[in-house]
Amino acid sequence: MPEVKVLTRHFGAPGVTGLEGYRRVGGYRGLEKALRVGPEAVAAEVKASGLRGRGGAAFPTATKWSFLPQGVFPRYLCVNADESEPGCFKDRVLLEEMPHQLIEGAMIAAFALQVSHAFIYIRGEYRRQRELLERAVREAYSAHLCGPSVLGGEWGCELIVHGGAGAYICGEETALLDSLEGRRGQPRLKPPFPAVKGLYGQPTVVNNVETLSNLPYIVVEGGAAYAALGTEGSPGSRLFCVSGHVQSPGTFEVAMGKTTFRELIELAGGVRPGHHFKAMQPGGGSMQILGPQHLDLALDFKAVSDAGSSLGAGALVVMDETTCLVDVSMRLVDFYRHESCGKCVPCREGTYFESELMHRLEAGLATEAELGTLPDVCRAMDGRCFCPLGDTATWFVMSAYRMFPEEFHSHCGAGACPVRSALGAAA
Amino acid sequence: MADSGPGAAEAPPLGRETLARIRRSKQLYPWASSAILPSLWAVQEELGYLTPAALLAVAEELGLEPSEVEAVATFYSMYFRHRAGEHLIQVCRNVSCGLRGADELLRHLERALGVEDGGTTEDGAFTLEGTVECLGACGGAPMMQVDRISYENLDAAAADAVLEQVRSGAPRGRRSRARA
Repeated sequence: MPEVKVLTRHFGAPGVTGLEGYRRVGGYRGLEKALRVGPEAVAAEVKASGLRGRGGAAFPTATKWSFLPQGVFPRYLCVNADESEPGCFKDRVLLEEMPHQLIEGAMIAAFALQVSHAFIYIRGEYRRQRELLERAVREAYSAHLCGPSVLGGEWGCELIVHGGAGAYICGEETALLDSLEGRRGQPRLKPPFPAVKGLYGQPTVVNNVETLSNLPYIVVEGGAAYAALGTEGSPGSRLFCVSGHVQSPGTFEVAMGKTTFRELIELAGGVRPGHHFKAMQPGGGSMQILGPQHLDLALDFKAVSDAGSSLGAGALVVMDETTCLVDVSMRLVDFYRHESCGKCVPCREGTYFESELMHRLEAGLATEAELGTLPDVCRAMDGRCFCPLGDTATWFVMSAYRMFPEEFHSHCGAGACPVRSALGAAA
Repeated sequence: MADSGPGAAEAPPLGRETLARIRRSKQLYPWASSAILPSLWAVQEELGYLTPAALLAVAEELGLEPSEVEAVATFYSMYFRHRAGEHLIQVCRNVSCGLRGADELLRHLERALGVEDGGTTEDGAFTLEGTVECLGACGGAPMMQVDRISYENLDAAAADAVLEQVRSGAPRGRRSRARA
């Protein structure tokens, strides 16, 4: 069985969404131990765990922490719960099933970094999850697990839940900081990086929900034990969201580096009956397409990168032979057009152009000459936008065009989507 | 608030409870501007949308320029500047939902409600939106949110049942959860 249980091992335990139930499964022992061993020892365990950020960029967490300049206070911790990547719903599951696991992880990080204010930025659409989280935070305050004196000691930290209001871009860490300061959520120029000059101009760490939810295990069991679940290059376990044309979509926690895409798809019940695999998007809406030739690749940072894509935010979208990749590309570029913050020209204009083109192509109205402009537009965007939103708005469509060029060309002048027509208008 | 001038005789734009929420938010953060988003949520929950007078009142409470508040109010897609229907229905049509029938779900809702994507029913009960961010329910596709509560694994009959429940004002049952 490729499944392992770290984040999910107590899912469904009686009352585990509440403080008492969470304590019954050993909850907050990690925070207690952290306070006993001290900030440096916690940071050392996180380093030994090899934990890499689970929000999409996979930056080593201990390294990110180490960039905080010494002796500069106050410092801030921001928990990124602005999960909005298409195909991604793992942070939502973590918030629903184990809100205290996240709170404990956040407080462990806050202690290791010696911050006095931690903020959880949760997307506006997660209304129920926010209510659950706020209830859990109130419980944590009552039990002195956060607040002015944590567990009766000298160190204290406020924990504030802050709701967004509908903006994908706020998942980008500097846009999140601007939004939290009360501005339009637009990305900042880096450097200075948030570690040096972040929230309110002070040193700041932004970590994802899943990243922090791993910390109680890492502190209690040790960084080495966590790392050993996976491989050297891809340590630990990870929660993957599997959706699309599989029988049982859902989230599955598996060992990194030791599990293949094929095994992950099998965990989700395999491709729906009577159909066969065509392609997949391994890391959410932003990542490049992979084909049948990649099914036996391991969920390994390097292996997937060598294949020209990325594990991104841990969302695997599976597509069977009924899928039109022009249609999928159109939906994705529409999304980026809708979510472009408008700050930089290549993204604002480029996503508009991509979207207009893909709508004409999907309708069978575009000419070969129009399709020929796609690579030029994408070249003018990729690597030339202010933040990754505009870059990634080109990755799926260009990789799909390269892998399935006939499918794109067959739409030109066809008058209708040829993939749907071939399905006998069943779609 | 100014105690003279043209607006003085009108009802104050915000209720007492909303003002109290705004003041509590202001205390929470090192900078008052951080309280803009929570304040706008409080306003929208009271009034249903953000009126120009309410934006001015928020700016005054937080000690900020009206333009700072308005800049925020116009950026985020979940804030309304016009009255929408009493209930907001949002259908996710991103890739995971699109692969599992979201377009058919939206077409069904358009027929059932007699409105097009983006429209509001004549009785003002429902606004239907089919252009939204991925709503993070890809494991339960296709899905819709009604008033920010998710309903998943929907076919036409299940969607009709939700509409009926909302129309009748019955307490909404167990909300669907992502499959873990």
